Amino acid sequence: MAKGVKPRVKVPKSAEAGEAITIKTLISHKMESGQRKDDDGNAIPRSIINRFTCDFNGENVIDVTMEPAISTNPYFEFEALVPEAGEFKFTWYDDDGSVYEETKSIAIG
Amino acid sequence: MKKITSALLTSAVIASPLWADPVDDTLVLNEETTLVTRTAAPAHVSDVLDEVMSGWLFRGTETRAMQADDFDNPGMIFVEQAQEAWETAEGTEGKSCSSCHNDMDSMAGVKATYPKWNEAAGEVRTLQMQMNDCRENRMGAEAWGYDKAPAINMEAALASVSRGMPVNVAIDGPAQSTWEKGKELYYTRTGQLELSCANCHEDSYGMMIRADHLSQGQINGFPVYRLKNTKLNGSHSRFKGCVRDTRAETYSPGSPEFVALELYVASRGNGLSVEGPSVRN
Repeated sequence: MAKGVKPRVKVPKSAEAGEAITIKTLISHKMESGQRKDDDGNAIPRSIINRFTCDFNGENVIDVTMEPAISTNPYFEFEALVPEAGEFKFTWYDDDGSVYEETKSIAIG
Repeated sequence: MKKITSALLTSAVIASPLWADPVDDTLVLNEETTLVTRTAAPAHVSDVLDEVMSGWLFRGTETRAMQADDFDNPGMIFVEQAQEAWETAEGTEGKSCSSCHNDMDSMAGVKATYPKWNEAAGEVRTLQMQMNDCRENRMGAEAWGYDKAPAINMEAALASVSRGMPVNVAIDGPAQSTWEKGKELYYTRTGQLELSCANCHEDSYGMMIRADHLSQGQINGFPVYRLKNTKLNGSHSRFKGCVRDTRAETYSPGSPEFVALELYVASRGNGLSVEGPSVRN
């Protein structure tokens, strides 16, 4: 189990209906590629976040497959249209089966 | 005559890229707090500098933007780790930092005054020395290694709650002799290259030293998150890197020499805002 994993999300508290807002996400994770070796020459097993998704009121906004070459503490910034008030749900899937979730609500006006 | 003209032209063409002045920009943190990144030099350096400038002004557009938003500033991840450590009890006394100091916000302004004379100990102390005093004598815990991760993260966290406040270290009274010692080190040429701090950071700031844009070497932004090593770096480690680059044997982080130098260099930035954790390349 990866240690010190903590998701962080930045979403504006409110927006105009139909406005495109910028969302920033970051999860602290070591993203061990599986290519490295320890001091004794043994391969360090891969341990990465392999998928990241964002949904708004149940509708998918972004779904990302992540690969071992992605650096420590993966950061994503993207835009989303906000047609109505609701809740963004962010989900990160770890190689070890852990799932990290974070939600943020947004108001209209 | 023609020859002279072309020689002059050549030197002008070569000389111009060597100059890369600091940008004219304003650092607004989280769209709320405007930080002072240039101001009139404090009295004790006004004979050599008109204006003191934060290293922020000498970095690229993307690097500057990264520091302007806490979410984008990778140094804040380490600040969060230190905030957890602040609440964590350690040592034989079963105390955490917060047992005595309450919320970390109560430490606002502390970083701005360090290094500082400690009357009981009879010496000038850096923030890290003071933290270790707390750990050893009040918490019964082991001292942190100088500029090592837990110590530098905590220093950054304490700096973060002081951001926007002006650096204001005392250089008179009992601290004066240490300050004088630091000043002497600042102007002493070291190493095979025979360079002092002043040769680059006072005489040549704004110029390029190969691919590096020389700043005034201000430490108001320390601890610094460096893109090159993706962690927080202390001012003593930075001093060590600079002295090493002059091809000299260096002092160690935490040594009396670097404590004196930190006091002197910090005093050159009196009036600039505390910025730590800043972002540099």
